[in-house]
Amino acid sequence: MGSGPGGSAAADVLTAAGWSVVIFEKGRNHLLDLDDPERLKGDYSNDELKFTIRHFLGPDPFLEPRTFRRRERDGDHAFVGDVNNVPSTVGGGGVHADGKLPRFREADFRLHTEYGPIDGAALADWPLTYDDLEPFYAEAESLVGVAGDAGANPFAAPRSGPYPMPPGAPMYGATLSAAAAERLGYHPYPAPTGANSVPYGGRPACNNCGFCAFYGCPIHAKGDPVAPLQRALLSGRAELRPETFVSRINISNGRATGVDYVDAAGHTHTETARHVVLAAGAVETPRLMLLSGLDHPLVGRHLMFHFQTLVMAGLRQRVHPHRGRSVTHVHDDHLVPDDRSKRAAKDAGLPWFRGGMVEHCGPSTPIQEAKLYPWGDAHARSMRESSLRERMWGFTMQGEDMPQATNRVDLDPTVRDVRGFPVARITYDSHRFERAASAHYGERLTEILHEMDAEWTVTTTSPDASFPYGDFISPVPQSKHVMGTARMGADPSTSVVDPYGRLHDVPNIVIADSSVFVTSSGYGPTLTLVALALRAATAMMR
Amino acid sequence: MPQLFFDDDAYAVVAAACERLIPGATDAGVADYVDGLLGAFAVDPPRIWAGGPFSGRHGGDAGFGSFIPLTPMDELAWRTRIEGSQGIAEREFNGPVVGLQQRYREGIAALGADFTTCDPEEQDARLRAQADFTALLYEHACEGMYGAPEYGGNRNGSGWQRIDFEGDVQPRGYTDEKVSQP
Ligand SMILES: Cc1cc2nc3c(=O)[nH]c(=O)nc-3n(C[C@H](O)[C@H](O)[C@H](O)COP(=O)(O)OP(=O)(O)OC[C@H]3O[C@@H](n4cnc5c(N)ncnc54)[C@H](O)[C@@H]3O)c2cc1C
Ligand code: SF4
Repeated sequence: MGSGPGGSAAADVLTAAGWSVVIFEKGRNHLLDLDDPERLKGDYSNDELKFTIRHFLGPDPFLEPRTFRRRERDGDHAFVGDVNNVPSTVGGGGVHADGKLPRFREADFRLHTEYGPIDGAALADWPLTYDDLEPFYAEAESLVGVAGDAGANPFAAPRSGPYPMPPGAPMYGATLSAAAAERLGYHPYPAPTGANSVPYGGRPACNNCGFCAFYGCPIHAKGDPVAPLQRALLSGRAELRPETFVSRINISNGRATGVDYVDAAGHTHTETARHVVLAAGAVETPRLMLLSGLDHPLVGRHLMFHFQTLVMAGLRQRVHPHRGRSVTHVHDDHLVPDDRSKRAAKDAGLPWFRGGMVEHCGPSTPIQEAKLYPWGDAHARSMRESSLRERMWGFTMQGEDMPQATNRVDLDPTVRDVRGFPVARITYDSHRFERAASAHYGERLTEILHEMDAEWTVTTTSPDASFPYGDFISPVPQSKHVMGTARMGADPSTSVVDPYGRLHDVPNIVIADSSVFVTSSGYGPTLTLVALALRAATAMMR
Repeated sequence: MPQLFFDDDAYAVVAAACERLIPGATDAGVADYVDGLLGAFAVDPPRIWAGGPFSGRHGGDAGFGSFIPLTPMDELAWRTRIEGSQGIAEREFNGPVVGLQQRYREGIAALGADFTTCDPEEQDARLRAQADFTALLYEHACEGMYGAPEYGGNRNGSGWQRIDFEGDVQPRGYTDEKVSQP
C-alpha cells in the first residue's frame, strides 16, 4: 500500500528476492511509463500554479479532506481541508520533497535513557540502535542517491562509507548564513540531499532550476523514490496499480489474507496476499488500520510533526533564493543541549530540551510572494523591491516534537472522502517542550541573522495556535514531516509493531513508513523510514 | 482569444478591478487568466494543469501548452470548485459547495455595472467594501500576473519581466556560478 519512499524501498527488496508484489497507489501516475519503467514521464514542470495552488500531485482536499482539532473539547473538528498533506501520486511525497536526507544520530534512538523523561510526554527509547540501522542507512543512500560530504558535520554519527555523490552548488544566501553561523560558533554543513550532483542511476545531475521543494523534478534529478520503484518494476515481479484505493485489509484468524480495493471506476475488488505491507504514510496507514477494524488501543496515537521555527531576515542585498535546490546548507548544533539551552530549559521548568536540524533557506516563487503584499498602487514597487523573496533569507528549524498519547489520528465521525469512507481526523496540540525550545532557539537563530547584517527579522512557528484556521501559518502544522501513530517496541502493551515493523497482533502485516517512529528526532524522517523499510522487508524473508 | 466565460461587460469590470489591485494587470492579460480558470471546461482538455516538462522559453520543446487530461475524479473536483455543486449528489458528499463562477457573478454585480466608468478612488472604495470578493480577485490577479503565460495571464512574460524573474528555466537551469555568486 503506497508507492512513496517507504513502499518503493520495500518493493525493491522483495522483488530482488524473487517475491511477486502488487503496489496499490491511490494517486495518479505522472512518474514513469508502466510498460517501460526506464522511460520517465514529462509531466513535471517549473509551474507554480500547477504544483502549489492547483493540487496537481494530489490529494485534492475537496475529494480527500482531512479534519483537524487541537483538543477533544474543540468538538468533532475545527477545520476541514488540507492537514499537513503529503502528495498522493505515484512516488508519494518523495516526488516533490526537496529531499534533505540526513541520518539520525545515535542519541535519537535513546532519548529517554540519554536525557530522561519529560512530564506529559510518552518519551521512550527505540527498540533498535543506530548501529542496527547503519547498514540500511548506507543502502538507502546509495539506492536513492544522496549527495553529501561525510566529514563536514561534527555532530554526525559514524558512517561505514562516504556519500555516493559530492554535494551540489551552495546557494548564495546559504554561503552568507553559513559564514555568519560559523562566526557565532555553529557548524553548518552541506545538506545531504537526494538530488543528483553528478549523473547517477541513469539520471542527470540537478541543474539548480529552483522549483524544487513542492515540485516534481522536470529532468528527474531527484532520486527518491523513482530509483527503487524503477528497479522493482524492471525486475518484472512488481505490478503497480495507480488510482486504486485500498479500503480494507482483510484479516482472518489473526492473519491478513489480502485487501479490498476500489479502482478508478469505483468498483471494489479483493486481492489475496501472503503478506501485506503498509506504506501509506503516517496518517493514512493508521486510517486504513482503523477502517479495517485493527483496534490496538495505540493505533493512531503518538502522532508527531516537527514543530517548525521559521526565522527570516530582510536583507539589504538580493540573494536570489529561486536559484538552486531550495536548501543547500543545514546545521545540527541545536540537536545537542548546551549550557545556554540547559539554562533556558530550567527557566521553562523542563529538565532539558532540544531543537532540530536548521535548514538555511529563503522563499523562492513570486505568486506566493505577491499574495503577501497589499493590493493597490504600492504592489508593483513591493514586488520590484522584493523584501519578502529576493531579499529574504533565514532558517527553518525542524524541532523535535514530543510524543503524546492525546495527539492522534482517528476516523472523523461525519466527514467522508469522495469514495464514501470516513476521513482521517487529526487531534494535535504542541507540548511545552516544543514551544520552550522554539522560543529559545528562535532567539539564537535571530542572532545569526543580525550577524548577517539583517535590516529586520521576524519569527513565526508552524503550528501557531494564535493564528486563524485556513492561513499557511495556523494551528494546523504544515511541516510535511509526519511520524508516530503505530510506534514500534518490544512490548505489545506499549507498542503497535515489533522492532521489524510487524504488527504484534497480526504479524504478516508489516509497516514500512514513519508510522513506526517512537520519537521524531529533529531530522527529516525520510531516509530513516527508507532504512527501516529496507530492514523490515529484509526481515520478512527470514 | 474569445472569452471562455465572461461576457464583454463582466470582462471589462474584472479587468478594471484587477488593474486597481495590480497596476499593469491589463497589459499582462490578468482578466484572461481569470476567464480561463472560470471557463476551463469550455476547452478540451480543460485548462487546469499545463503540460510539461518544458515551456520552450529556455530550450527544449514547448510542452506547457498541451494541457494534461483530467481523470473523472479530477473533473469532479474541478467542476465542483468552478461551477459549484448545484444540487448534484455526487458533488455534495460533504454538503453543498458554492462555485467560483457564482462568486464572480455576485462580486461583479456588487462592484456595479458602472464600475469601469468610475474614477479610481471610487473604484477602490467599492473594492474595499467587497472585502471577500476582492480577496478572491486579488489571489487570482496575483496568479494571473506571475503564473505561467500558458494559463492566459502574464502575457509574453510581462509579469515576470517587471520583477526581473526568469520564470521556468528548464532545461537550461542555472549554472553553479549563478547559484553561488551574488
Ligand atoms: C514539500 C515537501 C518537502 C519535504 N522535504 C523533506 C525533506 O527535506 N526531508 C525529509 O526527510 N522529508 C521531506 N518531506 C517528507 C517526505 O515527503 C515524506 O517523509 C515521505 O514522502 C514519506 O514517505 P512514505 O513512503 O512513508 O509516504 P508517502 O510519501 O506519503 O507515500 C504514501 C503513498 O501512499 C498512498 N496511499 C495512501 N493511502 C492509500 C490507500 N488507502 N490506498 C492506496 N494508496 C494509498 C498515497 O497516495 C501516497 O502516494 C517533504 C515533503 C514535502 C511535501
Ligand atoms: S533544483 Fe535540481 S533537483 Fe530540484 S527540481 Fe530543479 S533540477 Fe530537479
